Amino acid sequence: MDAGERRSVGRVRRDSWVLGAAIGVFGASFGVLATTSGLTAAQACLMSLVVFTGASQFAVVGVLAAGGSLGSAFGSALLLAARNAAYGVALAPVLAERSLGRRLRAAHLVIDESTAMATAQPAGPLRESAFWATGLAVFVCWNLGTLVGALAGSAIGDPRALGLDAAFPAGFVALAVPHLRGRQGRVAAAFGAAIAVALIPLTPAGVPIVAAALGIVPAVLFTRTAEEDREAGEDGDADDEDTAA
Amino acid sequence: MSWLAIVALGAAAYGLKALGLVGLGPRAAEGRALRAAALLPAALLPALVAVNTFAGDRRLVLDARAVGLLVAVVATWRRAPFVLVVALAAASTAVVRAIS
Repeated sequence: MDAGERRSVGRVRRDSWVLGAAIGVFGASFGVLATTSGLTAAQACLMSLVVFTGASQFAVVGVLAAGGSLGSAFGSALLLAARNAAYGVALAPVLAERSLGRRLRAAHLVIDESTAMATAQPAGPLRESAFWATGLAVFVCWNLGTLVGALAGSAIGDPRALGLDAAFPAGFVALAVPHLRGRQGRVAAAFGAAIAVALIPLTPAGVPIVAAALGIVPAVLFTRTAEEDREAGEDGDADDEDTAA
Repeated sequence: MSWLAIVALGAAAYGLKALGLVGLGPRAAEGRALRAAALLPAALLPALVAVNTFAGDRRLVLDARAVGLLVAVVATWRRAPFVLVVALAAASTAVVRAIS
């Protein structure tokens, strides 16, 4: 690894802890919500350890707190967790060289943040470093946060007062940039965002994000890559599509 | 909520993650399928941003989070470091919330 790569790994680690810190505060608010909706502190901590998908966990305790059934709580949670399957597909090439055992351990860390951070890096070993760094930082912070929130109870304030709910979309904006360099990526992004926005009023939470995966269909079917442009003898798009492949 | 229910939910959530990473993902090993799989984050991340910013309880809402998003887009466009993008978005959202 040369000096430039070491600097990149350092930057990725630092950014991972930035996300982790924000996640930790939300972990604390999850711990509070879970214990006020009838879970014991130990159950809240177990859920963060084994479920480890923030949106799903908030959905479960939210539905239970509102008096909903366990079935509808699970339904909401799994709809929100379904996007992790799509993330796994996107991350598979990053971990393709690893043993099955290591990939099965990695699977637990397949979430929004680790996927965004890994796939934002240039192709190569930095993607795997970013995946582990972010996955582990978020895992540690989410679980510590849950513990603190579950024990401290309502002494924890609302993270929204600090604007922390805006921290995640902001982070994902920054991490989406490398995906927008190629024409196919821009088409997929535009369709993905449009599908999600259109479905927000129409479907249960979770569905808009999963359905946004269909945004890759027009990108694959109707958009030529810079490479295909060159093959067709036209002026190629100056952006390199293959950096995202 | 029982301990068993929590473990069952954990197993289901893990199953979805592993389905992608270990089950379906490695089958898209080449050519067009791989290229399509590589585009998934391009489609999903902007959707995640949109939902995290504009989703209310089954409706579209425009609130202080939209200001944070706007600030984040500008900061990213100006090539601000990641930490600054996140911090400026959170701070601007908090300020708008405090004064509105």
